[in-house]
Amino acid sequence: MREALQELVARRDLLYMIAWREIKIRYKQSVMGFMWAILLPAVIVTAGIIVRYGMSAMSGKPISGQEIAGITVKGLVWAFFAGSLRFSSTSLIGNPNLVTKIYMPREIFPLASILSQLLDFAVASSLVTIVFLVTRLGASWQLLWVPVLLIITVALATGWALILSAACLFFRDVKYLVEVVITFAIFVTPVFYDVEMFKKWANLLMLNPLAPLIEGLEKCIVYGRTPNLPWVAYSGAVATVSLSAGFYLFKRWEPAFAESI
Amino acid sequence: MASDIVLRVEDVSKRFFRGEMHDSLRDFIPSLFAKIAGRSRPSSKTKNEFWALRGVSFALNRGEAFGIIGANGAGKSTMLKLITGIMRPTTGTIELNGRLSALIEVGAGFHPDLTGRENIYLNGTILGMNRAEIDRKFDAIVEFSGLGNFIDTPVKRYSTGMYARLGFSVAAHVDPDILIVDEVLSVGDIVFQNRCLEKMNSIIRGGATVIFVSHNLRAIAELCPRSILLEQGKITSAGSSQEVLRAYLESNSAQGRRSLSSHLFISHAKVRNSRLEGVAFDSGARIWVDVEVECTGESEPFSVVLFLNDDSQYEVFHTSTEYLGYPPVSMKPGERFACTFELDLNLAGGTFYFGVLLYRFNVEKILDRLFPAATIFVNTLAEVRGVLNPHPRVTAFGVPAEIESTKDVTKR
Repeated sequence: MREALQELVARRDLLYMIAWREIKIRYKQSVMGFMWAILLPAVIVTAGIIVRYGMSAMSGKPISGQEIAGITVKGLVWAFFAGSLRFSSTSLIGNPNLVTKIYMPREIFPLASILSQLLDFAVASSLVTIVFLVTRLGASWQLLWVPVLLIITVALATGWALILSAACLFFRDVKYLVEVVITFAIFVTPVFYDVEMFKKWANLLMLNPLAPLIEGLEKCIVYGRTPNLPWVAYSGAVATVSLSAGFYLFKRWEPAFAESI
Repeated sequence: MASDIVLRVEDVSKRFFRGEMHDSLRDFIPSLFAKIAGRSRPSSKTKNEFWALRGVSFALNRGEAFGIIGANGAGKSTMLKLITGIMRPTTGTIELNGRLSALIEVGAGFHPDLTGRENIYLNGTILGMNRAEIDRKFDAIVEFSGLGNFIDTPVKRYSTGMYARLGFSVAAHVDPDILIVDEVLSVGDIVFQNRCLEKMNSIIRGGATVIFVSHNLRAIAELCPRSILLEQGKITSAGSSQEVLRAYLESNSAQGRRSLSSHLFISHAKVRNSRLEGVAFDSGARIWVDVEVECTGESEPFSVVLFLNDDSQYEVFHTSTEYLGYPPVSMKPGERFACTFELDLNLAGGTFYFGVLLYRFNVEKILDRLFPAATIFVNTLAEVRGVLNPHPRVTAFGVPAEIESTKDVTKR
């Protein structure tokens, strides 16, 4: 296990190169180029605002600027998380040549997908940050929670990505399963709504380890409040377990990759 | 010296399962339930297994060049994949000391949409270099590939040869302790192939170990002093490349022999030099080709034709007992006939194939044909390239000495 980690560190340049390749290809092949980085988050955020507008029209409460900002933050995080899982799950089967012809630590492929999604996320977030700066929204000491919450989010995505990428290699239908689950997961994740809306059922929704993170980011960025720490700790624990289990299982399955792909 | 061993392969076997395993959850989950319910059928698994490698052992010393030969499907590629760590052996151990660079398929890590420059960095890191190292070697890589003007062109616009050149160039600059080369030299033009061989030679001289898998038997004969022959996953011959190549060529020509006429057939055709049989010869050497014919029934009179083709199957020459003044041979059932051709091998370096015909000249009828009857390698010469070695010499060099006499020639 330690050896595997050392090898990964030794090959970090390869990780950058594979991630860089993924980004470069994506931007080279399309007319939109860097617009891709903000297209998907923009669609999700727009959809969220429309849903929220519908809700406020029904309840008669006008939609506030803070609510829109909250949906933007949550939409961006969701776009990163969903994109990470989507791209990483096909990262091994998308590179059959490299898996069967050359030796390298194979976890580099899902990790590179996450890195490239992080870059997209960074591009989109910096645009949003500019908007927030202009509108003078949400500058407070609570922003110090942001890196903590983001690290947990990335760890959670990485753990699941490792398992999904291997599962997709062994079972071809997992790819479609992932698509379906991602499409519907947005309904059980508080992206378009807040968990508080569900009163006593709120805790049930928080069992989704992504929920406390998304809620927490909204709270500390938009409202300047402390995240719900017990639930964040729960997410952190789930992320730690996911990441270690993901890495362990991936390494255990790795020897069979070349002959199963 | 034990410390000098860079690769030790011990009793390695690799098992594969024929056909598809559970490729999807849709198949897997029902079978899982079947297993839990105790209705599994273990026999189906063992029936479909086959061993790509069985009990293979060898060890390589530092600085050694080592060849692996064998027909398609003999387990060569599997062996390489086990050595590189792409796959793991089912049983046995592989011990590796040092950095390994493998050229299993040229440019496997290339992305068609990226430029040559970008692919050098991408492929270089894939092969185990870091970016600083590539920065240092970049110019050398480009120069060796000869793609200076195209380095900022996407590689999808490259020709196959350019692709291969860039791929080899990157891999050759990794400075590996062990370089594995598989079928690389079959692409690219002859000039580049020779440069690859030279580069590999210099890698070997630099103290690295090279494992070479190729159908280019001449390259193996020239580059690797030691080889193994794999047949159906087992080592059937090991030792000096000369012997191993001969074993390989013999096992090849022994297969699929059938006489054209039902009663006459060439039972034996061997090439030897003054000492013994061989497969690699020096240019200009005197060699003998022994041919034996057996007769099993009523047969027509025939002459023996010996021909030699080069690598691209162009005929270099042919001769026959008839041309050389011997009468047609008539054989009775059960008789044997032998003849020996003596010739001087005035050929330039390369692979050549001897063929033998039993031919009835007066009615132009082929009675039996054996091709390739023997494959030979003529060692590459420094002074002459091509097919023929006319033993060229330079007899004048410098300022023209006799202007008068050349004038005479032009006047005539």
